[in-house]
Amino acid sequence: MSALLVEVSSISRSYSMRSGMFGRSTAVHAVDGVSLTIPKGDTLGLVGESGSGKSTTGRIVLGLEPPDRGEVRFDGKPMAILGTPAWRAQRARMQMIFQDPLGALDRRLPVATQIREPLDIHGLGASAEREDRVRELLRAVELTPAHGGRYPGALSGGQRQRIVLARALATKPDFLVCDEPVSALDVSIQAQVVNLLCDLQAQLGLTLLFISHDLRVVRQISNVVAVMYLGRIVEVGSADDLFARPEHPYTQALVSASPAPGRRSAGRIVLAGDPPNPAARPQGCAFHPRCPRAIARCASEVPVLSSVGGGRQVACHLVTGPRAETRDAA
Amino acid sequence: MAPLVNIEGLRVAFGGVPVLRGVDLTLGKGEALGLVGESGSGKSVTWLAALGLLPRHAKVSGSVSLDGREILGAPASLLDQIRGGRVAMIFQDPASALNPVLTIRKQLCEALALHRDLSGKTVKAEALRLLNLVGIPDAARRLAAYPHEFSGGQVQRIMIAMALAGNPDLLIADEPTTALDATIQAQILELLSTVRREMGMAMVLISHDLGVVAENCDRVAVMYAGRIVEQAPANQLFADPVHPYAQGLIGALPPLDGPRRRLTAIPGTVPDPAHMPRGCAFAPRCVFAAEPCGLAAPSLAPIADDRAVACIRAEASRRALLGIAAE
Ligand SMILES: Nc1ncnc2c1ncn2[C@@H]1O[C@H](COP(=O)(O)OP(=O)(O)OP(=O)(O)O)[C@@H](O)[C@H]1O
Ligand SMILES: Nc1ncnc2c1ncn2[C@@H]1O[C@H](COP(=O)(O)OP(=O)(O)OP(=O)(O)O)[C@@H](O)[C@H]1O
Ligand code: SF4
Ligand SMILES: [Mg+2]
Ligand SMILES: [Mg+2]
Repeated sequence: MSALLVEVSSISRSYSMRSGMFGRSTAVHAVDGVSLTIPKGDTLGLVGESGSGKSTTGRIVLGLEPPDRGEVRFDGKPMAILGTPAWRAQRARMQMIFQDPLGALDRRLPVATQIREPLDIHGLGASAEREDRVRELLRAVELTPAHGGRYPGALSGGQRQRIVLARALATKPDFLVCDEPVSALDVSIQAQVVNLLCDLQAQLGLTLLFISHDLRVVRQISNVVAVMYLGRIVEVGSADDLFARPEHPYTQALVSASPAPGRRSAGRIVLAGDPPNPAARPQGCAFHPRCPRAIARCASEVPVLSSVGGGRQVACHLVTGPRAETRDAA
Repeated sequence: MAPLVNIEGLRVAFGGVPVLRGVDLTLGKGEALGLVGESGSGKSVTWLAALGLLPRHAKVSGSVSLDGREILGAPASLLDQIRGGRVAMIFQDPASALNPVLTIRKQLCEALALHRDLSGKTVKAEALRLLNLVGIPDAARRLAAYPHEFSGGQVQRIMIAMALAGNPDLLIADEPTTALDATIQAQILELLSTVRREMGMAMVLISHDLGVVAENCDRVAVMYAGRIVEQAPANQLFADPVHPYAQGLIGALPPLDGPRRRLTAIPGTVPDPAHMPRGCAFAPRCVFAAEPCGLAAPSLAPIADDRAVACIRAEASRRALLGIAAE
């Protein structure tokens, strides 16, 4: 097995939130005991419920926000303290891409200037070298130097997202967190950006944390996928295997609910009940009020994420390994 | 049977730049029509124009009729009566469509009083019925709550309840489930199809998500650069798209099972509306483009019962089929 670039051990993070007009403040457990590892050069996909803590996890992994508990290690070393020179050195090796490419770019500056910005900030290379690097980056994302002279408003959505990608790659990072990087794009442009990410990853040996609601895109780009529900990871497995044979009832519902042209909704699992309120986490398994298979134990006892064989980990009372046998028997 | 809605030659321009360049669409009573296409192709503008919701500086021409009656440029009083009454719309951003300082009861009752001519106890009973219908638990108590006290998925369902308040014959749902995870999306779409069956309501579903459209619509129209380029029954469009853009769109969708292949992306980008190519707007990106494609824009022509395509190649094959010599 190759070395781990990112190791996240039981991180938690809660926010306090006022409820109602005169409400007391309540704690929202955005992330609750999440552990993840990403080997060098691999992509970990992160999917799950809206509001389940995916973006929060991404921010903590990048050191943009400290965890309340737990630890993140990058390339074998603990994350440096926010704002220190050691942190800046570490930060230059990791970058982030957000959902909204227009929001991420400054409308008043030509895009080439913005690609160059991280080189200026981190003082990388002499001025002429920086110019060369910008041209090289534009080429890497399949744009021309002429595009570099334009303002964000004069580029299409897909082109803007490639500019954001070029800027993220400027410092030659080892690690990239992509939070919904293609969801604002059309299917046709989305495919361009996904292909480009795959190519760049192969060429540069990048390690990626890829967050998205779109299971198809996640499967396309990930080696391993983790599924989150209400702040916790409920299932982890290899991308192909996980979506082909989901084990956790939430993942099963997610995959079955994921619409596909040409496949009518035969046998679809439509969940009853409401999406959960993170400020009032249900006792026991957080999924039990919506779970079609819940048993009495689910309402009281929290299921632990545990290995069920075949590289799969599941947090559900009904799924206990080894899964290969149970599958074959069924 | 006369169509419920008939749109002919609908054109819209902003500051001299055309964004709708002649849209033709019909919608039968109770039918579910999907509208897909490139971002900025005019999906939202089509319905905003039809319902008289565009800003005044928009230049609109063509014809939109509802039950045979022209509504494009109709007096404001008539349009007010139609919107929220016979035709309801769910907008892309649900949070902005509810008033944050009014309770849900107040907003629902207002809509009911306006469009259904109900009063007193009947209004409150109907408001409660609607909230129950869209599956808000503990509805009787929740009527007194404000929008921010509901989760995102619940706000979306309240929007649907508001839209249904006028007993519409047509619901226009513009990206009703974007940004929600698939399990909540499925719940909302299931709700819409139940309501449609029970009330015989027609629906236009605007979405980027081809899967959502395929599963929830009878017929699909594909838009590109201000025009409809293909129209077909949903199952036929996804099984056998004819327009090269529709083919590209469906081919670009990553599969959820089977082996992983490199995605087939459509090269290039949408043309700038201010500099539209003279011929087919898709020609610069089309792998099949030939010389005639650059000369004149192909019109949307039938290729079979209930199927129409705007592409020279489809025209040629249709001519061959019908035994008409190409001129
Ligand atoms: N700064 C903050 N203050 C208070 N609550 C927050 C803050 N950031 C996130 N939260 C809450 O923490 C929870 C997790 O949020 P997060 O953005 O990580 O979810 P997500 O999985 O990325 O969701 P989505 O799929 O909708 O993007 C949510 O309930 C959210 O409301
Ligand atoms: N009020 C306006 N003023 C000027 N241009 C506008 C206005 N509203 C829309 N447009 C332009 O009209 C075109 C069509 O927009 P429309 O919102 O219909 O696209 P869409 O197909 O709904 O796209 P999306 O999938 O991104 O929602 C776009 O180029 C848009 O920029
Ligand atoms: S632990 Fe129980 S409630 Fe939770 S997913 Fe498994 S069966 Fe469902
Ligand atoms: Mg997020
Ligand atoms: Mg739109």
